[in-house]
Amino acid sequence: MNKFNYLPHTTNDRNSLLKEIGLNKEDDLFQNIPEKLRQTRLGIPDPLTELEVQKRILELAKKNVWLGDYISFLGGGSYDRYIPSTVEHVVSRPEFLTAYTPYQPEISQGTLQFIYEYQSMICSLTGMDVSNASMYDVASAAAEAALMACRVTRREKVLIAKTVDPETQQVVNTYTSGPNIKTEVLPMDEGITCLDSLKSMLNKDVACIVIQMPNYLGNLEEVKKIEKLVHENGALFVVISDPISVGIIKPPGKYGADIVVGSGQSLGCGLTYGGPYFGFMACKEKYMRQMPGRIVGATVDNRGNKAFTLTLQTREQHIRREKATSNICSNHSLNALASCVYLSTVGPTGLKDLANICFQRAHYLAQKISKIPGFKIPFNNFFSEFVMVLPDGISEETFMEKMLERKILPGISISKYYEEMPNAILVSVTEKNSEVDLYFFTTVLEEISKKMKLQVTGK
Amino acid sequence: MTQLIFEKSQKGRRGCLLPETGVPEIDFDSIIDSSLLNEEDLLLPEVSELDVMRHFVELSHKNHFIEKGLYPLGSCTMKYNPQINESVCTLPRFKDLHPNSPTSFCQGSLEIMYELQNYLADITGLDSVTLQPAAGAHGELTGMLIVKAYFKKKGENRTKVIVPDSAHGTNPATAKMCGFDVVQVGSNEKGLVDIEELKKAVNNDVAAIMLTNPNTLGLFEENILEISKIMHEAGALLYYDGANLNAIMGIVKPGEMGFDIVHINTHKTLSTPHGGGGPGAGPVAVRKELASFLPVPTVGFNGENFYLNYNHEDSIGKVRSFYGNFGVLLRAYTYILSMGKTGLKQASIDAVLNANYLKEKLKGIYMLPYDSVCMHEFVLSGDKQKEQGVNTLGIAKRLMDSGIHPPTVYFPLIVHEALMVEPTETESKETLDYFVDVMLKIAKEIEENPEAVLKSPLTTPVGKIDEVQAAKKPDLAYKGK
Repeated sequence: MNKFNYLPHTTNDRNSLLKEIGLNKEDDLFQNIPEKLRQTRLGIPDPLTELEVQKRILELAKKNVWLGDYISFLGGGSYDRYIPSTVEHVVSRPEFLTAYTPYQPEISQGTLQFIYEYQSMICSLTGMDVSNASMYDVASAAAEAALMACRVTRREKVLIAKTVDPETQQVVNTYTSGPNIKTEVLPMDEGITCLDSLKSMLNKDVACIVIQMPNYLGNLEEVKKIEKLVHENGALFVVISDPISVGIIKPPGKYGADIVVGSGQSLGCGLTYGGPYFGFMACKEKYMRQMPGRIVGATVDNRGNKAFTLTLQTREQHIRREKATSNICSNHSLNALASCVYLSTVGPTGLKDLANICFQRAHYLAQKISKIPGFKIPFNNFFSEFVMVLPDGISEETFMEKMLERKILPGISISKYYEEMPNAILVSVTEKNSEVDLYFFTTVLEEISKKMKLQVTGK
Repeated sequence: MTQLIFEKSQKGRRGCLLPETGVPEIDFDSIIDSSLLNEEDLLLPEVSELDVMRHFVELSHKNHFIEKGLYPLGSCTMKYNPQINESVCTLPRFKDLHPNSPTSFCQGSLEIMYELQNYLADITGLDSVTLQPAAGAHGELTGMLIVKAYFKKKGENRTKVIVPDSAHGTNPATAKMCGFDVVQVGSNEKGLVDIEELKKAVNNDVAAIMLTNPNTLGLFEENILEISKIMHEAGALLYYDGANLNAIMGIVKPGEMGFDIVHINTHKTLSTPHGGGGPGAGPVAVRKELASFLPVPTVGFNGENFYLNYNHEDSIGKVRSFYGNFGVLLRAYTYILSMGKTGLKQASIDAVLNANYLKEKLKGIYMLPYDSVCMHEFVLSGDKQKEQGVNTLGIAKRLMDSGIHPPTVYFPLIVHEALMVEPTETESKETLDYFVDVMLKIAKEIEENPEAVLKSPLTTPVGKIDEVQAAKKPDLAYKGK
């Protein structure tokens, strides 16, 4: 019998294979390893049957709290969104799940074609000419975009807006520390990038500026003014874009972006505690040979049919080694597939509807909150995520506790990133927050306000 | 080919409907600069739900995948991916966990990550682990940035990284991304790192060596203890590329060989699915002297609760958003629970057993440049067949007509016409014998009628692809009718 899960060999099989090889025992297979090293032992537990594993994993799952039991306004780079049923059923097909990278195009046309379709959709959502096959996530995509801009411009400084997701800023800093590229933070003013600071910080060393639209605080940046300043200086304009917002707001290519990246999490990836998601990355055609990552192109086969293959591979590590544009040698293919199925199911009208629902409900909620004595909404120029400032006299901790008691996750605390905004909560509204959820949330905020006997303080 | 999904689009058709806003609506231009409003139609397909399902199911039929047939891709460890790994990921309490939830909501997921950190430390023989990196190459980047930060803190300006000529392309590419110059050392007649050449290359400018062990020829670097002594005496570090870890679980540990930093490809060694190119995960383990340099956060346990530990004083920062590809890590964790210590060890033994069996069966017919007991994979040369009129690419395409995915071809670069074969432990003797039969049949066909072989593939959804045209005239996106 075979004693272990997933290992087909019986004792007989093992003996017969050994015999054919001309060895006596399993140990002989490792004869080239120094004897001294072969005394090692693993300390992990003994094997379990599938039944036991199921039980153990269920026990662990129970230690998590299920989001479905709460009304959640958590956002900040990951959003609880509606995912059409098509997505899960397509991505769980083994034909997609257990295939490897499509290096052999004749038996990988399924993967190659959906990547081509994915690239086409990303080009439309970003307003760019060329998309790669996807990156690990938005933060690493933004970092790669910054490095790419340095290669294109042969300059060595990156300006990154303070209004960019703080984690993305950290990742850009980590990536640029390798080749010793300088990064500087563009200050903010009233929740968006400060144009005067940008003017004073731009010079001939600056390879690119990186902004996020809508930004981390949910606000809309003055992209046209920024674009003009950046291009006058000969730098590249890198935009981190929210693909859902494109249902209402022009794709970044239409306001002059050179490289566009963004998180694909909203496009059918679910939450799964932060990953796997994917980052998309697209650029103008003239920069495509500096782009990192896989790219799929259309071509023909020897029967004269249209077909797909990985292409422009002379940019990549397996050909160019240390001269490659990046060390990346994969993408987040299955997540890109999820987004391709998502966007196909939702369609252009659905994406507009989604953007509209989020925008309208978020503004309605913000307006309601701004009328509750003590609570403030400091910025109004947002898309679907906004900053809410708590009344004086209640700490963030107490507020969060009170909310959890009422089964509400009101948003995320941002004061650890923005000292100038103490007691500020970032509230995110998606299509999953119904009008009833909004009503319940404002009702609970009103109770708090009443208990604290607060007066309306205006903006 | 299958029509593009865009070509199936009909104006006004919808795949799903969405609810009304349910609230009083405001005009967009009361908030948004009207010149920024998107008034053009996005180029997305307008199709029904059935159209979507038919389209993607049809595409799926054009892929090779593990459940369809043998996938002996060298260096990629295409082992079977157990179904339970997929089932556990659909549990709502894992799937619906927001990364910005209070840590009291995440204790189950954090416990899994904490235990996985410990298991990986055990398997690698090192002390501390980050689960953040999203892929093997991402793990390499993390590890080599740690090398850089370590020497910066020590005040040593080390600018070079040594990479053997048999290394994966990611190794030199990663070293370069981290601002190092790459020094290549050659292999000796046994296919192992040339120790004399290594000694000449090592000096105070060298920060690290990046090694795979077993190496890409599938051979164990038997001088590893001497290599680690040479490097450490020169004050340099050893980086272990974990691509071939499937050969040694429970047999030897990289930390005990002298490696200081290791990345693990969960999608190879720990059976998480490759997903057509990702997502995987590339956790990194380090010796305790390097633990303070790990990216933040790692997962800690204070005796009562699990928590995200941001307290690494020398941290290189973050290498990605949030904490890691949790969905992938959960699969790896589940696999380790299933296999346990004895199962993981047996998996490595069987992987090595299967590779040696295939090597012995094929070596008379195909050239075997480095003839030795191999580990989990071996590299043949198609030189003899090339002389007879069919090169390695031709052999690869012929294999497809027998329902077998070709081995990795033309890598490592130090073997002419390389065919790198890695059967993995999950293949039965019957499947291995089928592969041998097909390989022998192809060799015979090449001797007798090479022109016939060159017509392959004949049974695949498309014929041989014109890759030159794809690069010359890039067509990278559908741009409308």
